Amino acid sequence: MSVLVYTESEQGTFKKAALEVASYAKAVANQLGTTVTAVTINVDGASELGNYGVDKVLNVSNPQLQSFNANSYAEAIKQAAEKEAAKVVIVSSSADSKYLAPLLAVGLNAGYASNVIEAPTSTSPFTVKRTAFTNKAFEISQINTDVKIIGVSNNSFGLVENSGNASSEDFSPSISDSGIKVESIDKATDKVTIADADIVVSAGRGLKGPENWGMVEELADVLGAATACSKPVSDLGWRPHSEHVGQTGKPVASNLYIAIGISGAIQHLAGINASKVKVVINTDAEAPFFKAADYGVVGDAFEVVPQLIEKLKAFKAQQ
Amino acid sequence: MKILVCISHVPDTTSKINFSEGDTKFDTNGVQFVINPNDEFGLTRAMWFKEKQGAHVTVVNVGSTETEPTLRKALAIGADAAIRVNTAASDGFSVAKQLANVVKDGAYDLVIAGRESIDYNGGMVPGMIAGLTNANFVNNCIGLEVDGTSAQVVREIDGGKETVSTALPLVIGGQKGLVEESDLRIPNMRGIMMARQKPLTVVDPIDANAETTSVKFEKPAPKGAVKLVSADNLDELVNLLHNEAKVI
Ligand SMILES: Cc1cc2nc3c(=O)[nH]c(=O)nc-3n(C[C@H](O)[C@H](O)[C@H](O)COP(=O)(O)OP(=O)(O)OC[C@H]3O[C@@H](n4cnc5c(N)ncnc54)[C@H](O)[C@@H]3O)c2cc1C
Repeated sequence: MSVLVYTESEQGTFKKAALEVASYAKAVANQLGTTVTAVTINVDGASELGNYGVDKVLNVSNPQLQSFNANSYAEAIKQAAEKEAAKVVIVSSSADSKYLAPLLAVGLNAGYASNVIEAPTSTSPFTVKRTAFTNKAFEISQINTDVKIIGVSNNSFGLVENSGNASSEDFSPSISDSGIKVESIDKATDKVTIADADIVVSAGRGLKGPENWGMVEELADVLGAATACSKPVSDLGWRPHSEHVGQTGKPVASNLYIAIGISGAIQHLAGINASKVKVVINTDAEAPFFKAADYGVVGDAFEVVPQLIEKLKAFKAQQ
Repeated sequence: MKILVCISHVPDTTSKINFSEGDTKFDTNGVQFVINPNDEFGLTRAMWFKEKQGAHVTVVNVGSTETEPTLRKALAIGADAAIRVNTAASDGFSVAKQLANVVKDGAYDLVIAGRESIDYNGGMVPGMIAGLTNANFVNNCIGLEVDGTSAQVVREIDGGKETVSTALPLVIGGQKGLVEESDLRIPNMRGIMMARQKPLTVVDPIDANAETTSVKFEKPAPKGAVKLVSADNLDELVNLLHNEAKVI
C-alpha cells in the first residue's frame, strides 16, 4: 500500500516538478506510515529519486510511450498503481499531468484534487488545500474515494531532500492503441517554459510594440527566466499565445515574477497570484499592479529595464 | 454532426470572491454569472461548424434553475437546443458522470468542453467525460477541424504546440485560441427572441456521489505594502531580490 508518484521527464532527464512531487509523496507516505514508489517512463533514475525520498522505482521503458500521450501514460500509471495497491497517486500540475490525471481518475475510480499546494492537512478524512477561483481563494477539499489522486501545484511544496536508496524494477504495462496520432510538434526547445521556470519576466502593452521585446528577452536571459506577456499583447500578435498569462491564459507559480508595463487587471493578477515574489515596473504609480506587488519601480520601462539588465549582469559576474 | 457543448455557469472574471455560512459556501451576492470563458471559445467554434459544415449544436449544463439564463444566452448565440441536468453541481467527477450520461443518451460525435472552469479550476470534466464514454480526448485545444469522422486538433503544450489527428467520437478541452477573440458573439435581439422558442430540456440526474467535497474556503492573507525602489537606485532592487526575497 505505498504512495505512488508519477515522475515526469523529458529526453531522459527528470523535470524539476518530478523531484517536487517525489518530495511531496514522501511527506504523504510519512503521514500514512508507508513507502513511496515512483513510476518513471523511459528514464532510469533510481539514484536521483532516492535523494527525494523514493523507496522503489518502477521503470517503464516502452517505445509506444516515446512521446507523451495522455491515454497510454494514464494506462501505464494505472497499472502501476494497481500493482502497488496504491491508495494515493501523486502527479504534478504540468499540462501533461493535468491532461492524463482525469483519465487516470476514471480508470482508478479515484477522486482527484488538482492545484494542491500543501501536504494533506489530515489523512482521515483525506483533506487537502488547493487553489480555486483562479488563485483568488483556497479550497479545503476532502477526497472521499478509496483511491485518491493529488495534482501538486508547481513550486508550492518545494524540493525536500530525503536521502535514501531507491530500489529499481522494470515494469511492463500493457498499452493499447491511444487513438491519437501526433502529426507535428512546434516547440522552441532552447527556451525555459513558463511552467518550469523559477523566474518569469513578463511584459504588457506598455512596451508599445513587438520590436521592443529584445530587452525583455535579454532580461530573461540574464536571469535564466521564461518570458511571458499580458493578454492584449498576445491578442495583438506581438507574442505567441503560449506566453499569455492570466485567468484565460497560463497560470504562473514561479518564485519571482517581473511585470513590465502591465497594468495589473484582475484577470491578469488571477494568473500570477501564486507566484511568490512580484516586481512591478510601471510609469503609472497608480497602476493596480503595485497593490499586488512586493517590490515596485515607478519608471519608464525603456530606461529601467536596460539599466536593470546591466546591474544584474554585474551582480551575476560577482557570484 | 451532433455536437454537445458543455457550459459551465461561473462568476464573471471581475467578480470579487467572498464566502458565506462560515466560509463554507461561495457567496453569490452581487455576482454576475457568465458562460465560462473557455467554454465560450468552444461554443463559438461549434457555431462555426454549424454554419460552415452543418452541425446540430446542443448545450448542456449540470445545475439548478439559476443556471438557465446562462443556457438561454448560449441559445441566443446560436445553439439549437439546451439541456439542464437538474442537480446542483458539486465536484468535477460527479458533474462529468452526469454529462457522460447525456453524451451516451444523445450519441454525440463531438463534445466540446472548456479546459477548466474559472471558479473551481478542477480541470477534470472534459477528460473524465472522455474516460467515461471511451471517446478520444485532446486537452488544451487551440485549433480543431473535422472532416467526416476524422479530426485534426492543435493543442498547446509547454513552450509550443502540437498537431494531432484522431477520430470521432471525440471530446476536447478547449481554450482561448480555438477561435479568434474577435469572433466571440454577443447575443443580438433576434437571437434572444429566437432563444425563447428553442427547447430547453430539463433531465433528471443519475445517481453519482461526489468523490470530493468542499469543506471550507479561505482567502489569501492580505498583502503587505509594496516596497518602492527609485528608478535611479536599481542596485537596491538587486540587493533586495538577493538578500531579502532570496529569489536571485
Ligand atoms: C473575460 C476576460 C478575460 C481576461 N483574461 C486575461 C488574462 O488571462 N490575462 C491578461 O493579462 N488579461 C486578461 N484580460 C484583460 C485584462 O482585463 C486587461 O485588459 C489586460 O491585462 C491589460 O494588459 P496590459 O496591462 O498589458 O495593458 P494595459 O492595460 O494597456 O496597461 C499597460 C500598462 O503599461 C504601463 N506603461 C505604459 N508605458 C509604459 C512604459 N514606457 N514603461 C512602463 N510602463 C508603461 C501603463 O501605465 C499601464 O499600466 C481579460 C479580460 C476579460 C474581459
